[in-house]
Amino acid sequence: MKILVCISHVPDTTSKINFTNGDSEFDTNGVQYVINPNDEFGLTRAIWFQEQQGATVTVANVGGPETEPTLRKALAIGANEAIRVNANPTDGFFVAKQLAEVIKNGGYDLIIAGKESLDYNGGMVPGMIAGILGYNFVNSCTGITVEGTAVKAVREIDGGKETVSTTLPLVIGGQKGLVEEKDLRIPNMRGIMTARTKVLTIVEPVEAPANTKAVKFEKPAAKSAVKLISPDNLDELINLLHNEAKVI
Amino acid sequence: MSILIYAESAEGKFKKVAFELASYAKKVAESLGTTVTAVTVNAGDVSELSKYGVDKVLKVNNDKLAGFTAKAYADVIKQAVQKENAKLVLLSSTTDSIYLSSLVAVALEAGFASNVVGLPVSTSPFQVRRNAFSNKAFNITEISTDVKVLGLAKNSYGIFETASTLTEEDFNPTIGDNDFGVKVESVEKVSGKVSIADADIVVSAGRGLKGPENWSMIEELASVLGAATACSKPVSDLGWRPHGEHVGQTGKPVATNLYIAIGISGAIQHIAGISSSKVKVVINSDPEAPFFKVADYGIVGDAFDVVPRLIEKFKAFKAQQS
Repeated sequence: MKILVCISHVPDTTSKINFTNGDSEFDTNGVQYVINPNDEFGLTRAIWFQEQQGATVTVANVGGPETEPTLRKALAIGANEAIRVNANPTDGFFVAKQLAEVIKNGGYDLIIAGKESLDYNGGMVPGMIAGILGYNFVNSCTGITVEGTAVKAVREIDGGKETVSTTLPLVIGGQKGLVEEKDLRIPNMRGIMTARTKVLTIVEPVEAPANTKAVKFEKPAAKSAVKLISPDNLDELINLLHNEAKVI
Repeated sequence: MSILIYAESAEGKFKKVAFELASYAKKVAESLGTTVTAVTVNAGDVSELSKYGVDKVLKVNNDKLAGFTAKAYADVIKQAVQKENAKLVLLSSTTDSIYLSSLVAVALEAGFASNVVGLPVSTSPFQVRRNAFSNKAFNITEISTDVKVLGLAKNSYGIFETASTLTEEDFNPTIGDNDFGVKVESVEKVSGKVSIADADIVVSAGRGLKGPENWSMIEELASVLGAATACSKPVSDLGWRPHGEHVGQTGKPVATNLYIAIGISGAIQHIAGISSSKVKVVINSDPEAPFFKVADYGIVGDAFDVVPRLIEKFKAFKAQQS
């Protein structure tokens, strides 16, 4: 089985979010980048398939040279090789189109992408890849097993979960549950050393229409300070929730 | 620029998000001088949509669509859009609608903006405001395609009544075998409890509760308020509560009207997942807990003292209301 794990290079959650160039671009100054958490769950599950079922794991990203440390980290965690599509990821469809091309050329059976990235929160890339290629698709995927080309997957639904059966080739939008947080891999020294010599291929982008573009960013208005209520005056809380906030 | 919405239903009843989406669509339609058409799948009685300004319903009733199948449902929506020659397609942000929306966008070669909050910033050029960076910023996105797809963030607009005269029409889209590449084998739903996704109020607790044996007061508070229960990540990692209750960045997102956090310090990852909630109340014994910085109302106090008394107060309030 050939697995492609799509990796988004995103600011760490604790990063300060600021914008530059007339609020039209994200300010990368001083920002620490990580593998998108939803992708990390998928990557660890892919490594499990590699170790237990002999799968090969390729990681791919659409981005400039600055994203390579994130791909090297994925290699250090255990991916066999990496591909970087050398382009600025302008919107979800552009990214999906580039990854679909990588998938067509590489003949991957299972494509794992995080259900959503922490930066743009678009949540559209896995579904768009599946749509472009006509592959089966399971979103919000919290569990997957593969035997031959037969797949059983678990999907989170509002208020519960659903078990589905499908076949490869398949795209999943992954999240926590594919593996648990405690099972996430941290690169060890040996992994970091071998990652240096693993193949990282750079490919040039294919043409894709610019359907959408981010024109501007805004920060939410500053929040007013919390209203503190004495624990001895709980009637006041109920009064505020009822008459001021109008939520009860 | 006519508008088409997918009005989601479950077991023959519309979900609340369907009414929110209809309310939103009506407002946008007014500004564009156009009408709102809804497509429904096995929805039963659709007349309720006329309260929220829907002008026309395309009713799809098909046993093959009894269970949710994203690709088949996306195919239905696509055909409805083409039949109506709609230029703006509005979808909600339930797990199911998020699942099918990118398939719809690709099938229609439409530009797609998800997580949209508020009415369009501009209709020419077409620009919308959306949540980004885990609610730490907004992003104005311009869509330049002829057909546009928007995913409306949950509980971001509200439900508003506008009476309309509704035309109903049966619609029979073509559904092929290739729409059913993913088959549902079984569904497990927690019964008798309000789900986090559907709840207007969520009562959430963290490590401050000291142990799983102390959750009965959280459950009682939730039941008095008709709320869902949730928990912080450490609590689910410790196995005190099921993983399905974990809310936050890697857990479930919460966009509710009222979020009550008890004994949760408010780590940035937790806040990222709940900050779309409208009103946040924090109860914590540590006045320095970061949650106080993002909350609307706060009580510095011991949960074991405050919560039982709060339950009694809410009970009295509810009794007085009814």
